[in-house]
Amino acid sequence: MSSNNDSISKTLIVVISLCLVCAIVVATAAVQLRPTQQANKKLDSQVNILRSVGLVEGSAPATKIAELFGKHIETRLVNLQTGEIDASCDVQCAENFDYRKSLKEGKALAQADDVASIRRISELAPVYLTYDDNRNLKAIVLPVHGYGLWSTMHAFLALETDGNTIIGMNYYEQGETPGLGGEIENPRWKAQFVGKQLTNEAGELALTILKPGNADPQSAHQVDGLSGATLTANGVQNTFTFWIGDSGFGPFLAKVREGALNNG
Amino acid sequence: MANAKEIKTVLFGPVFANNPIALQVLGICSALAVTTQMTTALVMCLALTFVTAFSNFFISVIRNHIPSSVRIIVQMTIIASLVIVVDQFLKAYAYDLSKQLSVFVGLIITNCIVMGRAEAYAMKSTPGMSFLDGIGNGLGYSVVLLVVAFIRELGGSGSVFGVQIMPLISEGGWYQPMGILLMPPSAFIIIAGFIWVLRTYRPEQVEKKA
Repeated sequence: MSSNNDSISKTLIVVISLCLVCAIVVATAAVQLRPTQQANKKLDSQVNILRSVGLVEGSAPATKIAELFGKHIETRLVNLQTGEIDASCDVQCAENFDYRKSLKEGKALAQADDVASIRRISELAPVYLTYDDNRNLKAIVLPVHGYGLWSTMHAFLALETDGNTIIGMNYYEQGETPGLGGEIENPRWKAQFVGKQLTNEAGELALTILKPGNADPQSAHQVDGLSGATLTANGVQNTFTFWIGDSGFGPFLAKVREGALNNG
Repeated sequence: MANAKEIKTVLFGPVFANNPIALQVLGICSALAVTTQMTTALVMCLALTFVTAFSNFFISVIRNHIPSSVRIIVQMTIIASLVIVVDQFLKAYAYDLSKQLSVFVGLIITNCIVMGRAEAYAMKSTPGMSFLDGIGNGLGYSVVLLVVAFIRELGGSGSVFGVQIMPLISEGGWYQPMGILLMPPSAFIIIAGFIWVLRTYRPEQVEKKA
């Protein structure tokens, strides 16, 4: 190594040119690959919505997903406070809505209201209206999330048009303990939710996640938890409590039960 | 360019004789995190081998121009850039895998193997040999990771590369999975076992008593 390597000018030249080269490489990769990445992200969320309503099992080719989604699913925005669908934002506008960003900038929740430990809530939230081949409304898919043991767990909750019967609860993003809490992504566990009722006759949340093995299969409200993952299961319960409650999709679901979507 | 024997030592030495995880105990952080499944472990190995090889190569190319006062920063910049490029590629072409690997691809930056090889080997060697050294150490890392992942996935989930080998009781089979194998501490136990076996066969790796 020559001694002038350590002179200030040589140091600056090496460092600056290295940074320039690296910056160009990284920026090129990021910019060139961004369209592919965004398409992946969109496809991923679409396939998870389709899975929650049972239109896709496992995986499907990208063209099939886009086709099914375009044919059956209509994205709309709901004002969480009033429970009304935002009429000013059509399907196109709702599909471009960045929910994660909106959550980050959303209103902070008071600690007492923040059952699911999600800190912030967006004023508008997307809902995915699912239609059958004859354009009859079949299902409503709600994006829900809540904190488990280690991570925020994201899911799509698909309900029948009575706003009460569960078609599917699809956890698709979580960082719980693999093999224990991480089993909330296990299809067998998710299958338990199918056909359960969210609320009892009085309209209160009745869906409960019990200790594993205690749930009565005949019950309309009971779901087995996961062994070794009590806190994750509590998180799932809290997610339901929050999102079915008044700060979540409660007002919207009340309108759904009154039949607001049938005339629209 | 060095002779064939030297190339062989550089390339395959790190697999057993001078394994970065087993002998030097470097880079075990990711060995704990991504080894619950063979698939994620394999992708992690490929990513790490790629990064180590190319960071070694580029650092070696400019080694005569790196001011010693900022050499660590220069190495980090090169490593970090490579890791970001790998991460971007995974996100674009292997989205599901990159979701499972999440932060661990990014954490290759802090993987001691990459940094350790750059500082210990690439700073003093020719680009070609440095590149091979990177591949060799990547292989050494991969062997350990894949062994650990094989044991953990087979014992913990009864499958290999996601293919069910032993049907689980919960799915109507006979195998009761060992939950502990899916927890991070089990990787420590398996790696320790690996080191034990390796040192029984190669007693020269045992540290001298002080």
